[in-house]
Amino acid sequence: MDIGFYFNHLFTDFGSTILSVITASYIIAAIGLNIHFGFTGLLNIGQAGFMLIGAYGFAITVKYTQNFWLGVVVALVAAVLFALALGLPTLKLRGDYLAIVTIAAAEILRLIGDNQLLAPITGGTFGIPGSVFAKPFAALSPFPQTGLFQIGPYNYPFSEGDSWWLRIVAWSLVAICVGISFLLVRSPWGRVLRGIREDEDAVRSLGKNVTMYKTQSLVIGGLFGALAGIVNVLATSVSADSMGRTLTFELYTCLLLGGAATVFGPVLGTFLYWVMLVFLRDTIGFWSPPGLLSQQQIPQITWILVGIGLMLLVIFRPQGILGNKKELAFGD
Amino acid sequence: MHHVSGRWRHLAAAALVVAAGALGLLVAQPATADSPITSGSNCVANETTGCLQGKVVDDNRNPVPGAKVTVTAPSGASDDATTGKDGTFFFAVTEEGAFKVDLDPSSLPDGVTPKVASLTVQVQLSNITPAGFALNGHIKGSVSHGTGPVPFYQLVWQQFSQGLLLGLLLALAAIGLSLIYGTTGLSNFAHSEQITLGGFLAYVFAVQLGVPLVLTAVIVIALTSLSGYLQDKLIWGPLRKRGLGLTQLMVVTIGLSLALEYVFQLIFGARVYPVATDLELNTGPLNITPAAYWSMLVSIVVLALVGFALLFTRFGRATRAVADNRALAAASGIDVERIIRIVWIVATGLAGLSGVLYALVNGGVYWLTGAQLLLLVFAAVTLGGIGTAFGALVGSLIIGVVANMSTLFIPQDLKYATGLVILIVVLLVRPQGILGRRERVG
Repeated sequence: MDIGFYFNHLFTDFGSTILSVITASYIIAAIGLNIHFGFTGLLNIGQAGFMLIGAYGFAITVKYTQNFWLGVVVALVAAVLFALALGLPTLKLRGDYLAIVTIAAAEILRLIGDNQLLAPITGGTFGIPGSVFAKPFAALSPFPQTGLFQIGPYNYPFSEGDSWWLRIVAWSLVAICVGISFLLVRSPWGRVLRGIREDEDAVRSLGKNVTMYKTQSLVIGGLFGALAGIVNVLATSVSADSMGRTLTFELYTCLLLGGAATVFGPVLGTFLYWVMLVFLRDTIGFWSPPGLLSQQQIPQITWILVGIGLMLLVIFRPQGILGNKKELAFGD
Repeated sequence: MHHVSGRWRHLAAAALVVAAGALGLLVAQPATADSPITSGSNCVANETTGCLQGKVVDDNRNPVPGAKVTVTAPSGASDDATTGKDGTFFFAVTEEGAFKVDLDPSSLPDGVTPKVASLTVQVQLSNITPAGFALNGHIKGSVSHGTGPVPFYQLVWQQFSQGLLLGLLLALAAIGLSLIYGTTGLSNFAHSEQITLGGFLAYVFAVQLGVPLVLTAVIVIALTSLSGYLQDKLIWGPLRKRGLGLTQLMVVTIGLSLALEYVFQLIFGARVYPVATDLELNTGPLNITPAAYWSMLVSIVVLALVGFALLFTRFGRATRAVADNRALAAASGIDVERIIRIVWIVATGLAGLSGVLYALVNGGVYWLTGAQLLLLVFAAVTLGGIGTAFGALVGSLIIGVVANMSTLFIPQDLKYATGLVILIVVLLVRPQGILGRRERVG
């Protein structure tokens, strides 16, 4: 009976993870990261920063104007400016400069978000609760504004908060983003990006403005990041600490697992990543002897495994599941 | 050796690094007293013991000896202590909760009265809880340090000396990072965890085991160097041999950094662990604590030794040769792999020392101490010129001073943001850094 309970619990969790808005936001952010890292070879270690600037841009605008679309526009513009601010000083330089600057900038955004001085606007360490900015989005819903709807074991609100409406929008966005990235990377523009990844100097000798292409790639990937940030916080709340370095590392794990430089890599990788995470949490939680591990220690152990998993993945299968070893995003 | 599958050695490596951190679990000490409170002339916090300690000072911040302090546990048990020559009192407690701390006004010398005679503080095991008393008036022989608001120039001076201190501690970590980059081309994001490891090992030895601080520092340097040796032998060396690209290696360091951070959190939780057990006042021309003076002195001596070794020893010349042109160095008979291993040992040892000193002068260590500093360390290395050891020193001092001085104008917790601003300006104006050479930039 115990084992039956365990499997029941596990598969219910798998289902809710696969439906989850958070999973969708990870996929969208990973698609952006794929454009940076997979296709252009830009080592952006601050994708969480793009998500955070999108989240703040959106939530703060909607908080004051209650206008959903204005919030989306502000979030995307903020992400473009952020990408330009990071890209202009670094993209002419060697790859590690971008890496250091992006991780630093993402961390700075988090520190500013946490700062008490700006708390009236950003909410400080407490963040911005969904109730402040999620209403205009719920108002766009064709479903009833209140009430719950149940399919199988999954019981979510129609329109408010972490709702069916948000799930439909989020997963439609995933489909659209996959489509956009498919078209982008097959276009002549996408071929130039791959050329830059393989041999920057060769592309430059063909008369292409490499820095310009890299900047465009950083901006477009960053837009996906900001979009992911909006989707993510609509389900929960804006909290600077939930979009820190660890999130970027998770996104890399998702991307590398599925296969960088492939269109479906981010989707497959993110699904597998979350399913494994849920499996580990449920399994460690269920099967470890009672009293051995506290509730806090189970996520800590899974994080350690994620870190080790990322190391092993990069060492033994850098092309991921779907990737082609000849098209490796890791240049020297 | 070469035929052994690399796969298992990497796993073993991960396990060893984990084991090095797990030391903290092995040093739990049994509770000694029956009563939950014991007064003493010192206190050592461990798994089963928390410290409640403080100082009684007059309004010139001079210590008041002979004052009677009584501590009452939530369970009702109590004990009292009399402050020593330096005005301090110590209680070792074996239960958690809200403790009441009372100062007996009749025990005070003439001329002073307590501002507050009773405090309630939350005490946690394996932690040091401060509970100090400030008094009105001053005792006989008390030296005035001046009163009234602190003038601005004094604040500037204080931030400058604090910045110098931070800069020296950053330099210890930055030189190692820069040497590793110079000889192998690797941007090691797990360097921050060597700093954290140093801090936690210092807590384990100095606070939990009661080892004297100097000896603790030596032990920590030895252990963190050992972790560097093992890392290079078991992870980085084999991966170099495998021909992994630099970007790939960099992502591996990111994975390692993530894993180690949560190993620390698993073992120590999210609390801050103090390494210094006594409370000290700022003194001297720089207006910093005695521990801070010692930290500065130790940093300067160690940095001078490293500089001397790089410039004038065979190893130093070989290191610079490898950093300059690896193939040429190998061709001229330098054992490149051996040099890189020594660089790893030195770099991690220096980061460990940096962690000890940082924890000592900044109130303690927690699982993200190194991660917080990493940004500044990278900014320092880039500012000085990536891959140049002396550039790292100059960059660290500038970053340390500027970051601290910036707190005169912006909130304290944004001082790390200053590091990034400097970084971006440097990349715009002089991407090769202050001491870097132009052709390094690609």
